[in-house]
Amino acid sequence: MSHEILLTQLLYGGAGILFFLLGVWSFISHEPLWRKLIALNIMGAGVFHVLVAVAYRGLDAPPDPVPHALVLTGIVVAVSATALALAFGRRLDREAPEHTSDAHGGVDDREDGTHA
Amino acid sequence: MNPLLLGFDILLSTTLLGLALAALTSREPRRGVILFIAFGLLLALVWARLRAPDLALAEAAIGAGLAGALMLSAARRAARRR
Amino acid sequence: MSSSNPQALLIPLLLAAIGALLFWAFWSGLTGHEGERLAALALERVPESGASNPVTSVLLNFRAYDTLLELAVLLAALLGIWSLGPAAAPYQRASLLLDSLVGWVVPMLIIAGGYLLWIGGQAPGGAFQAGALLGAAGVTLALSGRPNAGLPGEAWLRVLAALGTLVFALIGLTLMGVGLGFLTYPPALAKALILTIETGATLSIGATLAAAFLGGRPRAKRNAEP
Repeated sequence: MSHEILLTQLLYGGAGILFFLLGVWSFISHEPLWRKLIALNIMGAGVFHVLVAVAYRGLDAPPDPVPHALVLTGIVVAVSATALALAFGRRLDREAPEHTSDAHGGVDDREDGTHA
Repeated sequence: MNPLLLGFDILLSTTLLGLALAALTSREPRRGVILFIAFGLLLALVWARLRAPDLALAEAAIGAGLAGALMLSAARRAARRR
Repeated sequence: MSSSNPQALLIPLLLAAIGALLFWAFWSGLTGHEGERLAALALERVPESGASNPVTSVLLNFRAYDTLLELAVLLAALLGIWSLGPAAAPYQRASLLLDSLVGWVVPMLIIAGGYLLWIGGQAPGGAFQAGALLGAAGVTLALSGRPNAGLPGEAWLRVLAALGTLVFALIGLTLMGVGLGFLTYPPALAKALILTIETGATLSIGATLAAAFLGGRPRAKRNAEP
């Protein structure tokens, strides 16, 4: 019984850690803003996975509500942070459009060749 | 151990992992963002499976809906710039 | 391209190290000694919190500080977005089919939001889910070409965006003035206070998310009143 719970926690928590690592990798190795934002959101999803896995107590026991409350606020903060980052990106494009468009294309291709 | 449940867990986790990998390695903005939206929808399923229905509701509305719409507009700008 | 690039070696090593550390921490957190856990304490006190949904009682009673600051973070994000410039040009008006669909979907999203807000005390739901639905209604309006996402003019929008933080902080300070301590609800009033705060928070979250989607300060008077 308790092994079953531990197995589920390990499965989803382990997947969460994997998501976090994948997100970190993509965040540091891909240049364009939209790729960084997807990476950031997937890192967040990984953190939420770990928290919800820790809160899990089996199918017929109530889960721990405290991590759930943390994740709920976290989801909303993550989306507002994404919106803020996009606003920054648009402002940067407006300030130096020619610089960003060149840098994005070039670095993107090179980095993909290195790591993909 | 309920083998059906374990099978579901493994299937869900590997699908999510595949979607995350595909979204992170996609070089085409629109494709990457749509994969990310699919990832967000399945994430809501994970929360429901782990007995967190509050999170499943929020994730379905925000992770798939709002974040998806935000990222799609970003993808549109990125695609236009190429 | 070349695998002799030091970066290509460094990043996987770094990730493996972080991953091992995280997994070790996760494992020891799961299998650590069985002391008194927060979960048991929180679940035991839920009946006296004014909301029978454990997540709502944690959000708005036991960890109300956290939620207040989280609403402040949302407000700060919106202020940041507004200070970066005007909103993007509105989308073009949707075709008749989508337009009439939006006319059905948006009222339903608002009703569903109100339902989630009310049911949040006893069942899954609450201010964040309801606010997300209201935000989604705003995004739908924006995508179908309504200027300003159906939000009121800037003066009212400011009030709306600050409402959640304001109501929350005012109730907290009033309770402190009465001598109960910041955000320590008297049990008889807890349900009413939580619902008041949640209503303000729902409106704020919805308005903030919709305004954040517009990506900048609302454009000058295209529509002055909703």
